[in-house]
Amino acid sequence: MSTGPVVSLRGAVSLLGRFPALAGADLDVQPGEVVLLQGPNGAGKSTLLRLCAGLAPLSDGSATVLDLDLASRSDRRRVRTRVGLLGHATSLYDELTVQANVEFWTRGLVDSDDLDAVMDRLGVGGRLRDVRVGALSAGQRRRTSLSVLVARRPQLWLLDEPHAGLDAAGRDLIDDLVRQAADQGATAIVASHESDRVEGLATRVVNVVGGQVFDAD
Amino acid sequence: MLTDARAIALKDLRVEAASRVLTAQVLPFGMLVLILFGFGIPPDRRVLAAEGDVSRSVLEQVAPGLFWLAVLFSALLAVNRSFAVESVDGNLDALKLVGFDPAGIFLGKAAAIAVQLVALEIVVGIGAFLVYGPPLGDVILLVATVAATTLAVAFAGIVYGALGAGQRLRDTLVPLLLLPVLAPVLLAATRATESALFGPSSSGWPWVGFLGAFSLLYLGAGIVSFGSLLEEA
Repeated sequence: MSTGPVVSLRGAVSLLGRFPALAGADLDVQPGEVVLLQGPNGAGKSTLLRLCAGLAPLSDGSATVLDLDLASRSDRRRVRTRVGLLGHATSLYDELTVQANVEFWTRGLVDSDDLDAVMDRLGVGGRLRDVRVGALSAGQRRRTSLSVLVARRPQLWLLDEPHAGLDAAGRDLIDDLVRQAADQGATAIVASHESDRVEGLATRVVNVVGGQVFDAD
Repeated sequence: MLTDARAIALKDLRVEAASRVLTAQVLPFGMLVLILFGFGIPPDRRVLAAEGDVSRSVLEQVAPGLFWLAVLFSALLAVNRSFAVESVDGNLDALKLVGFDPAGIFLGKAAAIAVQLVALEIVVGIGAFLVYGPPLGDVILLVATVAATTLAVAFAGIVYGALGAGQRLRDTLVPLLLLPVLAPVLLAATRATESALFGPSSSGWPWVGFLGAFSLLYLGAGIVSFGSLLEEA
């Protein structure tokens, strides 16, 4: 197993259309770190997370995630299956039940007992299993989406405003899950405007401004 | 690939069954198209058949073409719908993230569309027989025509649906891309159906062969290119 950085960006540029959402970002994230990304709206935090997930294009510079080169299409596809991204969207089908959604997105690769345990912990087990996602509250949708991420046990957690839409218990649960994942060797990058809350979790804080990354010191 | 295809097909069919878009919108749309075409054509004029000495009404004569037009227009709705459910709430990104084989996604979506089209063709077909009243000729040729056309429309529809996926103008872009491509399919399906209904059957099989070749072409194109199409979506 590699002991190098889980994420290594050097002059990474990601163009969204013609707009450089990332404009020469440099960042190293070591295994087990929990890195807080903070910065104003439009600074490039979400794009940085999507780049690390293999979704946003690497237009220039270099970027490796989990020792895979994001410039290579085949590596990018492999990265996607090893990371867990919780973005602004919940990525659920309104017409399907909670159970059907979680089973579909985990592709039947997770033992059903483990899946039940995760769903119960996230508060979407029990009677909610058979409820269509379209009938859930925003917080319950977020918890369902998080169930998929947790059940897939990604090596790298990429969380974009993970506390958004959650009640106090849900926000505490997110913190616990990130701590537990880090204890078990996973790495996490969290973009959040709730710096006070996430700083307690984070091993390092970086600022994202104008598509570039700076240490917060 | 086939495991992924099965998962995608089942998911799409479950989403459609739950949303009832097929039964509440696509099927009524197909029937409406069929009936409105019927209103536009006088039913009592008799014309000579192009072949042989059997005369048949204009409605009977145009029934195959109108049936397939109704199916194609309805298929556009189904194809758009297949990608609309992926374009909301980040589902397209999630499909990439969980590592489904792109060829499996293509086959699964095409299979789901094919199942919906068969349901549509049965209902609209019954409607066409009731409205236009053509004779039921060579059933084997008719079934082969329906099967080959269904696959052709499903495979090409998913390829071009993916081209439009994620685009702001998807609803209008997909018909603009797909209808010209399906023009030869419409022609072949109509000719083969005419032969199945009115004879001679022998003249219909080459058209079925063309539809089979078209299906195979888009099956291959979809399997090879769907990963790239998804990347661009």
